[in-house]
Amino acid sequence: MKNSLIELNNCGVFRNERWLVRGVSIKVFKGQIVTLIGPNGSGKSTTAKMALGILKPDEGTNLIQNNIKISYVPQKISIDWSLPLRVIDFMNLIEKHNMSNINKMLSMTGIGHLLYQDVRNLSGGEFQRLLMARAIAKNPDFLVLDEPVQFVDYPGEIALYKIIQEIVKNINCGILLISHNLHVVMSQTDHVVCLNGHVCCSGAPKSIIKEAEYIKLFGKNIDPALAFYEHEHDHKHLPDGSIDHSH
Amino acid sequence: MFEDFLFRAFIAGIGVALIAGPLGCFIVWRRLSYFGDTLSHSALLAVVIAYALNFNIILSVFIISSLISLFLLYLQKRTNLPNDALLGILAHSVLAIGLLILGLLSFIRVDLMGLLFGDILAVNFNDILIVWIGGIIVLFLLIVIWKPLFAGTVNLELAKAEGMKSELASTIFTLLIASVIAISIKIVGILLITGLLIIPASASRNLSSTPVQMAIIASIVGSISVILGLYSSLAWNTSSGPTILTVALVIFLISLLPWKKLPIFKKQIRLYKTTDK
Repeated sequence: MKNSLIELNNCGVFRNERWLVRGVSIKVFKGQIVTLIGPNGSGKSTTAKMALGILKPDEGTNLIQNNIKISYVPQKISIDWSLPLRVIDFMNLIEKHNMSNINKMLSMTGIGHLLYQDVRNLSGGEFQRLLMARAIAKNPDFLVLDEPVQFVDYPGEIALYKIIQEIVKNINCGILLISHNLHVVMSQTDHVVCLNGHVCCSGAPKSIIKEAEYIKLFGKNIDPALAFYEHEHDHKHLPDGSIDHSH
Repeated sequence: MFEDFLFRAFIAGIGVALIAGPLGCFIVWRRLSYFGDTLSHSALLAVVIAYALNFNIILSVFIISSLISLFLLYLQKRTNLPNDALLGILAHSVLAIGLLILGLLSFIRVDLMGLLFGDILAVNFNDILIVWIGGIIVLFLLIVIWKPLFAGTVNLELAKAEGMKSELASTIFTLLIASVIAISIKIVGILLITGLLIIPASASRNLSSTPVQMAIIASIVGSISVILGLYSSLAWNTSSGPTILTVALVIFLISLLPWKKLPIFKKQIRLYKTTDK
């Protein structure tokens, strides 16, 4: 049996006289995508923070393997106006990368043209792409993505999920993903954990949709066979903003 | 050279301005300006204690400010009051206790005005040594902790998750602020030191596009304020600390003009693009 990158054992966090989440046990292995789903306030981000070691569980244990490289895409970051920070500086925030690697990552996530922009001039979706580019530039062993595609437009969302799949294949890292997109979760994930203050149910995507708890939370209309719809462009956007329908 | 009081004032003032630049940037970025105020207010108490116990003033200021910072951390954990309220409570109560003890111990003769507003024209060679040696040590430590401190300033959780010791760095940073306040009391006084930390850094924000640039420009703005402020205070016979701060304010106001639209700044951005790629 190979070692897990991280392991939560019956973990819980108690804040302001209530349990945010309790009794969570999760393991993430190399080359695996584990997804957390659940309604708002069900403890998804709290669980992710325990897996990262930011939060100490008030009960249970969180084991994180020594010497693994961790990358984190948090749910939201706001950069204060007083802080002058360009995209390139943000890419080098924790680890310094060479220019070719930075350019590669930024063009892969579709923001290569923004290298010297101040990060506060980025739109929500562009900033999310930047967070992702910085996280994968590090070649992490363990990657935590907390709703990585929020604010990203639909074609971008598909592109980013494709990148996630590719990095699991290429650098063989383990991913803990928080997502609301059930289609993506069901079609691309190895293991799904459904949270609602506690673990409702967990397992492979195909088995989990049959669980009563899951149906109670999400209904039974979500068909795992429904792969995500790809938006085929039938026209071209020209640089001056006009549209070319000619092909 | 060091026999000239004006020369000594320049050297001491520029020393404080140079270290205040980068430290002030972090104070602005981390929204700690009230914290700087609280620490400098506690310096009055520290000086009174130093006089009463016949103890080294700078060491006393450093110790009291560090204790106040620890007490603030304790209060933050114990109550849900907002940070600015806690800082206000500490700043003014410590100031009050300092004045109270000063009144009780009638045998102490303290130059209160000098303490509050500084007396840069009275610095001696010893003060210059303290400012420069202390300043170099503070700057060295700041460079050592720069990466985890900066990453934690951008986003603490991200920095912590990715293995940065940002909390340790910010505790050390707090001690660095305490040391800078301790070494610069004689130069600008406890009421004005926060200004010398914050105003040049804020002026610099309007002129810079990277963090390191902002830190360096803040040091330059502070030094220019010291030089012009000292000359003006001689010319108009005004007290030097307040004059230095007024000059810094004028530079801040000038920095608000749309400098970044000037061709020289645009050229700089283009230069970056061609050299980095």
